[in-house]
Amino acid sequence: MTRVGVIVFPGSNCEYDALCAMEQLGAHAELIFHSATSLGDVDAVILPGGFAHGDYLRPGALARFSPVMSAVSDFAAAGGPVLGICNGFQVLTEAGLLPGALQKNRGLTFLCQSTTLIVSSTRSVLTRAAQVGQELVVPINHFSGAYTCDDATYDSLVVHDQIVLRYRDNPNGSRDDIAGVANETGNVVGLMPHPERAMATLLGSADGRVLLEGFVGLGATTR
Amino acid sequence: MSSTPEPLHRALGLTDSELDDIRRVLGREPNPLELALYGVMWSEHCSYKSSRIHLKRLPSKGAHVLVGPGEGAGVIDAGDGIGVAIRIESHNHPSAIEPYQGAATGVGGILRDVFSMGARPLAVMDPLFFGTLDDARNRWLVEGVVAGISGYGNSVGVPTIGGELTFDQCYGANPLVNVLAVGALPTSRLALAVASGLGNYAVLLGSSTGRDGIGGVSVLASAGFSGEDGAASLDDAKRPSVQVGDPYEEKRLIEACLELLDLGLVVGIQDLGGAGLICATSETAAKGGVGMDVDVTAVALREVGMQPYEIMTSESQERMLAIITPENLGAVTAVCDKWEIRANVVGHVVEPTTMSDGTTVGMLRVRNGFDGEILAEVPASSLADEAPLYDRPRERPSDLDAVHADDPTEDEPVGDANADLLDLLVDPAWVYRQYDSQLFLNTVVGPGRDAALLRLAGPGLPASQRGFAVSTDSNPRWCALDPRQGTALTLAEGVANLACVGARAKAVVNCLNFGNPEHPEVMWQLSESVDGLAMACEALAVPVIGGNVSLYNESGGRDIDPTPVLGLLGVVDSLVSPPPGWNWREGDTVVLVGHRRAAGAHPFPLAGSRWATMRGRRGGRLAMFEASLLVSTFDFITDEVASICAGVTSDVTAVHDVSGGGLAGALAEMAAVTGLGVNVSRLEGHGELFSAFPGRFVVATAHAEAFVARASAAGVPVTILGNVGGTHVRLGALIDVAVHRIGARRSGALEEALELS
Repeated sequence: MTRVGVIVFPGSNCEYDALCAMEQLGAHAELIFHSATSLGDVDAVILPGGFAHGDYLRPGALARFSPVMSAVSDFAAAGGPVLGICNGFQVLTEAGLLPGALQKNRGLTFLCQSTTLIVSSTRSVLTRAAQVGQELVVPINHFSGAYTCDDATYDSLVVHDQIVLRYRDNPNGSRDDIAGVANETGNVVGLMPHPERAMATLLGSADGRVLLEGFVGLGATTR
Repeated sequence: MSSTPEPLHRALGLTDSELDDIRRVLGREPNPLELALYGVMWSEHCSYKSSRIHLKRLPSKGAHVLVGPGEGAGVIDAGDGIGVAIRIESHNHPSAIEPYQGAATGVGGILRDVFSMGARPLAVMDPLFFGTLDDARNRWLVEGVVAGISGYGNSVGVPTIGGELTFDQCYGANPLVNVLAVGALPTSRLALAVASGLGNYAVLLGSSTGRDGIGGVSVLASAGFSGEDGAASLDDAKRPSVQVGDPYEEKRLIEACLELLDLGLVVGIQDLGGAGLICATSETAAKGGVGMDVDVTAVALREVGMQPYEIMTSESQERMLAIITPENLGAVTAVCDKWEIRANVVGHVVEPTTMSDGTTVGMLRVRNGFDGEILAEVPASSLADEAPLYDRPRERPSDLDAVHADDPTEDEPVGDANADLLDLLVDPAWVYRQYDSQLFLNTVVGPGRDAALLRLAGPGLPASQRGFAVSTDSNPRWCALDPRQGTALTLAEGVANLACVGARAKAVVNCLNFGNPEHPEVMWQLSESVDGLAMACEALAVPVIGGNVSLYNESGGRDIDPTPVLGLLGVVDSLVSPPPGWNWREGDTVVLVGHRRAAGAHPFPLAGSRWATMRGRRGGRLAMFEASLLVSTFDFITDEVASICAGVTSDVTAVHDVSGGGLAGALAEMAAVTGLGVNVSRLEGHGELFSAFPGRFVVATAHAEAFVARASAAGVPVTILGNVGGTHVRLGALIDVAVHRIGARRSGALEEALELS
């Protein structure tokens, strides 16, 4: 059984939701507090949504200094699957594990709404079970979700097929409709939408399963 | 403390006769610190001194009620070992002055009420009332309040699942910002705000204490805005009484407190809200019948030079008071260290004092060091429970007969019904898109529908297939015309909203927003409203398990319309499928369920309807609250939808309550969200289109014959209205509008009015 560690920073709030989603998919999930210096025996890591350290300074800016983050960096460098959702994505960009940055939404308000994502690449631990061009209904829930990067970084993202998800109808002003990106090797992925919130038709959509099943399925194997 | 020549007690909001009461309690002159303590604890906001004699008339009992009014929150037994806690409050005056922080700290305060019961907060709702949006200051208030709720609520990690948005000129200088919170707990974790165990410690958890919010309850919440131009003239003077919120501190405080309760490390726990530390210490001591020594030097301070009265009455946010045994101090400190929150022992539970007549009294002593000088010494219960009760004069407004006689049902001409329909509809999505409404994976029906419906699940709860539904309802136009009938009808409206999502009403909490209680007309409105609520609660078998009273909502001498806001909590026993919502389908038959015509003088009363209000007609007579007509209809709809939620296949495809926008408004909303038109041929004029009285539902069915048969068997009247289909909403001879026009107008109306688009 895949063992997934869900990192909890003070101020995180989607850790329970990530845990529930993993367990629904048959994985074993455990919470790892930010003060931990080791990840223990996990096959995959999720940085969940929320407001780590209150988003003080800017989202993710303080969380990158939490003790657990050096263990996460080592895990990622060794090829371990790492997924950052929403605030977790912001943390990964601040920590330098993913390129680019997230800035305030175009309309300067928080947005909680359904979006339709288009899978742009399957070369990542999150999208490998999906099809390129597949449309997935997954909600967003953020104030600072507009993806941005300089031109050189953007060109590199395109060249290395690192843009994994795009919005069909860009809600927040993200560059090139980007909703999620991976690192060059595809084992670290961040996205602003919440696939763990799209696990059941009772709650509006089950399309998030396509993404998270791929993520969990990968955990037991090595890349 | 004050450089004005007026006596100290008056500057603190106490009357001369209240000063005499204090002298009698103490048997001596109070010192200035003691006066300050009474000033906040005997404020209208803390003591309910003008309303308590009326609130006693509300029914609060029920076999499923675990905790009724008087605690941090009411709690019901929802089954499966799960208790559901609910509470509603106002943060009106702070929000009028500083909308972002006023609204934000309103959210923070209500959450502490809920988790002080041991419940994890799972949902927030925000009923909001503002002046009309043609005024720039009102637009500023709307944006600020919504941003404050969004900024605090999202960050603190509790979904905001709905609310209400009302605009009326009477709220111009005095907006209403109410907030309701729901939490859930394993019933074994239920915690109460009581101090017991001699030698136990009172530990102040959370934020440091500053000068923010001093006098919030007495200066701000218990007086009106007297300036001729309303709140604006008092902005600067009163702004220091508004507290500042920190959702990150609150989030860690929630996690720490729930962990302390889970580990059984706490004897009693209470939040620090209005009146701060003096309120929490005196109330817990009074409930436990014990004394408490409070050391002001043990309180962690945010600024230097704070006086004891400031430390005791500060309303600094994100603080809790836990009563613990001394041997658990180490374990408590360890949990607090983990969550990076402060924990300081600021009080000791001590024996009650034996008086000269042999009775024992739990004394609240404020000390300079636990062994140091006694700065204040008063009976804890005199602060917490023994404020004077006032039966203030009541008088029916002298103009009410004239208001009733000015009835739009009788003489308001029909005009352009198409244009009126377009003007009626406002989609509040601009507001609720700014709220995280989905956290915890529970939200089955989110904001913008009849009621919110959530799975009853969350961290640490026993497994359950149940769901809970919440709705907030108010109708100040109804209540201005007739506070008794209006409040009763408002409760009916709330129960109807719950029925639309298949939930049976289990409890109600009320937030009674009224004007100045020193005006006899306002006290008459309050008393009538309480009687109407009591009557309707009895008739619909829903107990009142908590509430809040907000008085002095006035500006420039004009009181707001009576605005009782009711928060309803319902339970769905099995929630495995979503309720039908408004999703009717091409070819469905559209049926009106419930009595087509109102009980009372007029079959289609327009008094108090949104249509009449829009045309400047604020008079007339309401429909009567007829319990027997309502109960069978509510039960039928609840059963129909609950069976769909339980996974049973049904011919019913859509259910919507007919409310303020009338039948035309309900049908147009359903058309707007589905993009499908509707054709209704027979209608009795514009009265039937726009009349607003509860107890009626629009249902769409794929099999009309079967549906009508079930309704007949249940003894519920139904009227077949027409069919779903086409590109237009066609209602009788009066309305013919394209669905896309309705949709565009409805979704853009709010942003346009706010001048954002």
